[in-house]
Amino acid sequence: MKYTEDHEWVRKEGDTFTIGITEYASEELGDVVYVDLPEEGDDFSTGDDVAVIESVKAASEIIAPMAGTIVEINEELVDNPALVNEDPIEKGWFFKIEADDPGEYDNLMSEKEYQELIS
Amino acid sequence: MDLNRTPLNEFHKLQGAKMVPFAGFEMPVQYPMGTIKEHIHTRTKAGVFDVSHMGQIAIYPKGGESINDIVKYLESLLPIDLENLGFEKQKYALLTTENGGIIDDVMITKKKDYIFLIVNAANKQEDLDYLHSNIGSKCEIVELKDRALLAIQGPQAAEITSRILPEIYEMRFLDVMEMESEFGNLSISRSGYTGEDGYEISIPGETAVDFSERLLSLGNIQFIGLAARDTLRLEAGLCLHGNDIDKSTSVIEAGLWWSVSKARRPGNDKEGGFPGYDYLKTQLRDGVERMLVGLKPRGRLPIRGGNIIYDHETDGHEVGRVTSGGYGATVQGPVAMGYVNADEVRKNSALYCEGRRSRIPIDIHLRNFVGNRFKR
Repeated sequence: MKYTEDHEWVRKEGDTFTIGITEYASEELGDVVYVDLPEEGDDFSTGDDVAVIESVKAASEIIAPMAGTIVEINEELVDNPALVNEDPIEKGWFFKIEADDPGEYDNLMSEKEYQELIS
Repeated sequence: MDLNRTPLNEFHKLQGAKMVPFAGFEMPVQYPMGTIKEHIHTRTKAGVFDVSHMGQIAIYPKGGESINDIVKYLESLLPIDLENLGFEKQKYALLTTENGGIIDDVMITKKKDYIFLIVNAANKQEDLDYLHSNIGSKCEIVELKDRALLAIQGPQAAEITSRILPEIYEMRFLDVMEMESEFGNLSISRSGYTGEDGYEISIPGETAVDFSERLLSLGNIQFIGLAARDTLRLEAGLCLHGNDIDKSTSVIEAGLWWSVSKARRPGNDKEGGFPGYDYLKTQLRDGVERMLVGLKPRGRLPIRGGNIIYDHETDGHEVGRVTSGGYGATVQGPVAMGYVNADEVRKNSALYCEGRRSRIPIDIHLRNFVGNRFKR
């Protein structure tokens, strides 16, 4: 798993990548009350706003860590946005993206680099 | 700038609270339970809030004058009939500007020999300066800096708190009781800022932790952070000064004319005589251009303070602005309030609020989304 400066995690499964937010981010956000997800088939460039998380505090964006096409979204979050707080790494994933250039994954932060960022 | 700390600062940290700067204080925004559960806990059991950052002000007579003289001075600043308010009774009151705006909203209690005010933390200094410059030569104005303030709110607040202080069980909404106790001198009002029954307890700073520990030992009561305090008050339709009301919003636009005592209204014996009366009287006669209303977004996406309200789904005109918005954990959906052009309110028009992707349809709603459970 790799990480971004925006406190997202990216998990590689072949050329498909699953994206969510880190435990640290979910704690900082507070209770999540709504998640506005993209649709399957949507195309994004690196850095685009892909989804919006509304917490009890404020709204924040999920930013595309790599360019590609959405191939699956986590429908469970629509009815149960609290999964983002309860289990941000497993059940609280947001969407899966088929990368235009899987090599972009190598540019993301390692676990060690991310831990340094938040410490 | 160094942040002030309430007497419960260390206690909050030991409870695992997340602390944030608020109105010059380091305050608990949430506890490990999390905002939604804290909100629900308050509405279903009981919550205790450290609101010691709020200003507690005592106003005493001086130079051989009596409480009745102070009452007159304060009636020149506040649109209430303080003269006919009973002793040990509390009232919600507005400090008004010459333009009918709102300097602050306060809770005022008439004691036998002084007047007790609780004011918003963010306005404390401005209120003190205002009081000093207007009536400071005629009375003694003292900020009670060494006292803490705890709000205990929820359907079980009375049952739980009266296990420590049995005499407060029979109090009614806006009654006040001052007493000597094992925690020192307490001044307790039956009031709050959540729409629930409960108390606000002014307590010496040095016994506030002991009292809090005793409360928590009784069970079914938890400390609640500022984030849940905000969603609770918003869901109950209570204004937050600085968000929903301020010097630029008139008492009438804000829908707070109910707080003006009947005796101070047109045609009554103590009509007017407070800042902004002439302006407000004109607004009463001619109507206002905008009104503070509850707003219920359709769907689940919250709207937030500052968002613009339109009369059409696309293009159209700006007809209002959200002042507070968030998630109401009890109604399990987004709730908000904001100013909307009076014409649109009268027509009960379909309205739309700016959103990230598209405008969000919203309906005008009662400001209070949950009803009150005060003990009248």
